[in-house]
Amino acid sequence: MATTPKALTIAIAGNPNCGKTTLFNHLTGARQRVGNFSGVTVTRKEGVVHHKGWKLTFVDLPGTYSLSSQTPDELVCREYIHNERPDIILNVLDAGNLERNLFLTTQLIEMDVPRVYVFNMIDEAQAKGIQIDTARFAELLDGPVVETVGRVGKGLDQLLDAIVGRCESGCVQRHIAIPLESHLRDAVEQIHAGVLEQLGAHEPNHRWLAIKLLEGDKVIIKQLSAHAKLLAQAKLLRDELESTYDEEIGILLADARYGFIFGLIRETVGEVHRHEGPRASVTDTIDALLLNRVLGLPILLGLLWLMFQGTFTLGAYPMEWIDAGVGALGDWLQATLTPGLVRDLVIEGVLGGLGGIVIFLPNILLLFLFIAFFETTGYLARAAFLVDRLMHGIGLHGKAFIPLLMGFGCNVPAIMATRTIENPRDRLVTILINPFMSCSARLPVYVLIAGIFFADMAGTVVFLMHLIGVLVSMGAALLLKRTLFQGEADAFVLELPPYRLPTLRSLMLHMWERAVQFLKKMGGIILVGSILIWFLQAFPRDVQLDTDYAAAIAQVEAQVSEPAQRDAQVAELERQRDADLQQARYLGRLGQAVQPVFEPLGFDWRATIALLTGFVAKEVVVSTFGVLYRVGGEVDEEDASLRAAMSGAMSPLVAFAFMVYTLLYMPCLATIAAIRRETLSWGWTFFSMGFSLGIAWVLAFLVIKVGGWLL
Amino acid sequence: MSALSAPTLAQMQRGQVALVVRITGDNRLKLRLAEMGFVRGAEVRVEQAAPFGNPRIYTIRGYRISLRNEEAEQILVAVPEEG
Repeated sequence: MATTPKALTIAIAGNPNCGKTTLFNHLTGARQRVGNFSGVTVTRKEGVVHHKGWKLTFVDLPGTYSLSSQTPDELVCREYIHNERPDIILNVLDAGNLERNLFLTTQLIEMDVPRVYVFNMIDEAQAKGIQIDTARFAELLDGPVVETVGRVGKGLDQLLDAIVGRCESGCVQRHIAIPLESHLRDAVEQIHAGVLEQLGAHEPNHRWLAIKLLEGDKVIIKQLSAHAKLLAQAKLLRDELESTYDEEIGILLADARYGFIFGLIRETVGEVHRHEGPRASVTDTIDALLLNRVLGLPILLGLLWLMFQGTFTLGAYPMEWIDAGVGALGDWLQATLTPGLVRDLVIEGVLGGLGGIVIFLPNILLLFLFIAFFETTGYLARAAFLVDRLMHGIGLHGKAFIPLLMGFGCNVPAIMATRTIENPRDRLVTILINPFMSCSARLPVYVLIAGIFFADMAGTVVFLMHLIGVLVSMGAALLLKRTLFQGEADAFVLELPPYRLPTLRSLMLHMWERAVQFLKKMGGIILVGSILIWFLQAFPRDVQLDTDYAAAIAQVEAQVSEPAQRDAQVAELERQRDADLQQARYLGRLGQAVQPVFEPLGFDWRATIALLTGFVAKEVVVSTFGVLYRVGGEVDEEDASLRAAMSGAMSPLVAFAFMVYTLLYMPCLATIAAIRRETLSWGWTFFSMGFSLGIAWVLAFLVIKVGGWLL
Repeated sequence: MSALSAPTLAQMQRGQVALVVRITGDNRLKLRLAEMGFVRGAEVRVEQAAPFGNPRIYTIRGYRISLRNEEAEQILVAVPEEG
């Protein structure tokens, strides 16, 4: 059947840590469509399931504690339900933590969308000794209740049955009102009457709007700004009530909601559980060690060290295979395609650009696998707790720590990982300072240059570069917080869920999702950028060189009879020709044109061109030096001939400044793509580029000045 | 006036249990705390602190939450009678 009238949209709503996403993954498997909610960087995931002749489209809403408009996640949830009116809301609740989880439910109730309730992680609740009267609960909150264990996929069939059954029985929802004190209730009724009068009864969420107006919800007030009379009425009632109770409406409503929950739990669970069962004591035992005041931080450092060590040692093997694969593909293309511009474009532009990114894929996947493990076990929240004091010192939230640290590996996944930071302002600062963390692609540049100019203490210099990166990112955070992002740091209200062991399947799904996101989102921009750089390196085609190399080569070939000597001389001429060409092409001209900017830093035109090409990926700086110093062939940072050629070209001081500049200047193309994707703003993306270029220049200049004065 | 002289959650020691009386200060934080269960009469127990004594962990409504001491200072509490 091509089209089925029996189609339903089901929105999954629930608190963070309630196992919502695990449940969604189990329901839909890998058949998910991952995107963004329009205009914001909140991930939107959809998946389709066919059940008993129905086509069920599940939309995984972000996990939230509430539907107030305090965070982008909350706003997205609310607007989705309000504007798109899903057929059913699947309210997932952590059965072992019902009381707090039900707070969101009391808000969902007001939106009058048919509901199905899921008591997830019912095994944990039972282990705690919690018995829930689900029939009574279903009756009181008007919606079927299904018990599940999302981790192992238990109860999913019953869940699908319940959803289909809910709609086959007509999909109607009885209105349930949270009991309010008489003054509050009267005020809601009055505004409700006003809403009906001014907006009409076809407005689906009239009662919910009335409550929001009484609360003084800024987003709703803005949406209804055309109805001045209604707003004035609501404001009058709000002011009156707030002065009577000497408390804000939001707080009064929260009181009422928790009062309702208290009654609900007394009727369905028997007693309100304050005491924790054996499960919590496992968490206690682990926390006693992992959050120990003396050992907590060292253990965190140890685990992070393991993470990086694991990422780079395990990642090295697939990296080699990919490298070999890309190389083989290049050779094959080289042999198959007819020589010319198209071949150069495909091999150097397309394959070179994409190959350079795909090679980092294993590292990125492994890094995300570790992070997913920390996150799903509950350790990530604890890490934020442990370092919050330190991060607070630079005006950031404990949660900003992990993305910064991941920056040592690669800034791209690090910037993607800032999604765990709720406050958009803090998140932006964390994104903007991330490129200063020295990623692994900068290492070859340090190894090359420190190896030439600081051979006795290369290790120290490389360490120093990483340290400078950390200090600059801290300084930049402070600077941004004091200037563009003023205001109080976000509060540290963070739930610490009990420790849970994730299944391999859920970890793999998590990783897979990241990989797809990474390739899809970065691919386009990187491809365009690589082709652009290639174009600048390859054009104009017909340049007039001072030396006639063709003639010179012909001359050598005619005059030198000894084959080895002849080949060596020809190769030398070809290298010189390539270097001269490099200088004459657009990129070379650009390098020479901007070189005056770098004059005070002591960089010559070669260094300038190397920096320009390093924009694609920072390790390209090394191979560009290879071309420019006429070494020829494949060059890496250990190459002796390149080292010899470069040693006379700069003073150690300039070399140090060059490393500092390479560390800090302009995020690489992939990182820029990530910044654009995560900020959804070209403005901030360009700001990031300008900001880092400025800081890089100033610090490199300081190195030259202070160094010159000291030496 | 009595609320102003009440002790704050930040003054409670590890292992102590207190009842929420009222939350003072900034609206945004106030609402967030109320949503997380810090409403009048809610029972809170103080758990361990981070390496520098701040933030600290609390148990409320059967789950754990961490707050900075600056935030806990805004939560006025009462210490229930023993027994």
